[in-house]
Amino acid sequence: MSLHLILFLVFGAVCVGGAVNLLAQRHPINSALSLIAVMAALAGEYLLLGAEFVAAVQVIVYAGAVMVLFVFVIMLLNAGEEEETRGSRVALLLGVPGVLSGSVLTAWVMVRHSGTEAVAVGALPGYPTDIAQLLFHDFLLPFEVTSVLILIAIMGAVVLASKPEAPARKVD
Amino acid sequence: MVPLSYYLVLSGFLFACGVVGFLIKRNLITIFMSIELMLNGVNLSFVAFATHWHALAGQVFVFFVMVVAAAETAVGLAIIIAVYRTRETLNVDQVNLLKL
Repeated sequence: MSLHLILFLVFGAVCVGGAVNLLAQRHPINSALSLIAVMAALAGEYLLLGAEFVAAVQVIVYAGAVMVLFVFVIMLLNAGEEEETRGSRVALLLGVPGVLSGSVLTAWVMVRHSGTEAVAVGALPGYPTDIAQLLFHDFLLPFEVTSVLILIAIMGAVVLASKPEAPARKVD
Repeated sequence: MVPLSYYLVLSGFLFACGVVGFLIKRNLITIFMSIELMLNGVNLSFVAFATHWHALAGQVFVFFVMVVAAAETAVGLAIIIAVYRTRETLNVDQVNLLKL
């Protein structure tokens, strides 16, 4: 068992545990914290795959900025525990066994029939210079389009979250 | 050396967890976090395939996914704030104005 495989299993276990914990917790802040654990462990997986820059961006953007936004909104709205609701019985009877058998079968087939090809450590180092060459040369148009998208998103967020103009109310 | 399929199974598991959370959760913010979990699962398979096929473009796609996810988060959380302001609840069962 190589060190690479051990590290993969450790980070993968953190990912799986965090994802399951996200589903199990009832309070949104606990779910948010387990999602941060998942994202940090995913950054470790990216490092194992040699994608150093993606790992850094994952920590900065996802585990940093996006999750701060989530935690901030949870605190702003004072979100409490979610209420128990009764699910449909058909979904429980058919869905759970169906999903379990389907996913186990798919995973078994994938592990069984593609075991020979392995992803080598650092086979494709994601140096920032190479990525910048791609991003600012081959993908220049999508890059510029995303800047427009971000601008629209910022304006949309400001418009949506700002207090609506209070209708002229009579002072009584 | 880790087989490619291990990464794909992990990515599929994360995506499945996101789908399950989207379906069973009743809190708007938690549903939103499940969507983020799904996007993360997809990102992992992108990076794994990029390394496997020696195509750096896969890592660039991950950036675009992250940018779209960040924009979506900003707008979505603003919508959640607006919903909370008008309905005073985060429970999706009570956000039923369009229901017959």
